[in-house]
Amino acid sequence: MTAFFQNLGMSFEWAWFVSTVCGILLIALPLMLAVAMIIYVDRKIWAAMALRRGPNVVGPFGLLQSFADGLKVFLQETIVPSAANKGLFLIAPIVTFTLALLSWAVIPFNSGAILANINIGLLYILAISSLGVYGTIMAGWASNSKYPFFSAMRASAQMISYEVSIGFILICVVLWAGTFNMNDIVWAQKGHVFGIINGFVANPLLFPMWVMFLISSLAETQRAPFDLAEAESELVAGYQTEYSSMAFAAYWLGEYANVLLMCALNATLFWGGWLPPLDIPVLYLVPGFVWFLLKVFFFFFVFSWIKATVPRYRYDQLMRLGWKVFLPVSLLFVVIVSGYLMATGHFA
Amino acid sequence: MIQTLAFYLFAVLTIASAAATILSRNPVHSVLFLILAFFNAAGLMMLTGAEFIAMLLIIVYVGAVAVLFLFVVMMLDIDFAELRAGFVKNFPLGMLVAIVLLAEMVLGLGAYKAGALNLGTPDGTAVTPAGASNIEAIGGLLYSRYLFLFEAAGLILLVAMVGAIVLTHRQRGDTRGQKVSKQIARRPDEATVNVKPEVGKGVSL
Repeated sequence: MTAFFQNLGMSFEWAWFVSTVCGILLIALPLMLAVAMIIYVDRKIWAAMALRRGPNVVGPFGLLQSFADGLKVFLQETIVPSAANKGLFLIAPIVTFTLALLSWAVIPFNSGAILANINIGLLYILAISSLGVYGTIMAGWASNSKYPFFSAMRASAQMISYEVSIGFILICVVLWAGTFNMNDIVWAQKGHVFGIINGFVANPLLFPMWVMFLISSLAETQRAPFDLAEAESELVAGYQTEYSSMAFAAYWLGEYANVLLMCALNATLFWGGWLPPLDIPVLYLVPGFVWFLLKVFFFFFVFSWIKATVPRYRYDQLMRLGWKVFLPVSLLFVVIVSGYLMATGHFA
Repeated sequence: MIQTLAFYLFAVLTIASAAATILSRNPVHSVLFLILAFFNAAGLMMLTGAEFIAMLLIIVYVGAVAVLFLFVVMMLDIDFAELRAGFVKNFPLGMLVAIVLLAEMVLGLGAYKAGALNLGTPDGTAVTPAGASNIEAIGGLLYSRYLFLFEAAGLILLVAMVGAIVLTHRQRGDTRGQKVSKQIARRPDEATVNVKPEVGKGVSL
């Protein structure tokens, strides 16, 4: 895209600047639309599994429900509690929302269709997701209210715990792919098993890692069954209890953008990203981003399915799963995978 | 031009947030400004081409260490007036630390200017072997030239971790631990009993 703007007569730096801004808009605006639609999809799936109808009033099949909700929230009054720490209270949702968008810079949508094709793509995602704690913890503390604070404590402890095992899981993927670059990780999955299946997931050593990554990504995004941070029977509405209007909407959008990001990561790291599922020439006629979006949507369906069917975890069970089960098992698999790769001369 | 703009942005924000860290009255604000300073320092490292170190700074310091700072500071009930009362008493010690830090910085800069250290080129890019990325260069050095130091650092950290666990872990006899396998293996017919006691009589378990 930089070359295109350079052809229009701009200097390289301006062309780079304009093309980067265009790239950001090209990702962020469809993402916001996708988030609005995916909230509708989430509610519809959830309703279908509970034998209800779900949103069906606004627009055809209720398709415009999210936009109606958005308008309602937009017109609401912004209420800042008098005892709140005003600056932090208003910054916190902005932090959450921005961080939810930042990680998308390194997600490959198609071969080469990636905003920042950097060598350390996966590390960048880890870094940004480790910052996600701050939006929550700042909201909880700045609200100056009991339940949001409890919730912020729970959420941040939960996110830190599961990031540890996610790190080890990703190391297994990186070892096998031999790179941190997201695009190259996708390429490394081409014909990975028997030369025909695209995706690390079919590899017997990496399949357990994918299962753990899926569960960890549920915990990381605080989706059911790990939605303890907003357990409505215990904590009113969690860290966003005191929020209203656009600040509340920013949390809502950020949360779903994070869920979509985790779906995209599942697709990219284990299911071959924009590659078709099988390495057959006919399947490459379908554009890569169609495969990518199909995979992301599939994982979102799995997320909704889990939300509709699985009861909430107890907090001690959640911590036990993270520290006593996932951490040792993922550590063991780092040893097994690297041992296997050394034994078979993968790095030779 | 973009690099220059980015450098001044990150540099100004680093210094400003570092100053705000020690000047702000609220300890939570202090920690948050410290985090901002870390983050901008990572941005500066990114500009010098040390992207791996920049990411590690964010993951380790911002993502893990600073969160624990924040936890502790939020939980503590710190009276700041009392803290400030010791200002005059601790002033000489503070000055001493500041002078030592300044001397170290001057020494480091002097050594760099004299060309004793091969840190990087004058235009600010770090030295990496041609054709190798940042991570590969660091990994190659860590696992060949500095292998012993690297492993020793790992061992020291392990000992520190084990030590912390040993110091804080206590075995209490009067608690009942959960046996998860037993909880999962429980079935309804062994967990519930259906009894029909006569009127006026209790049941025994």
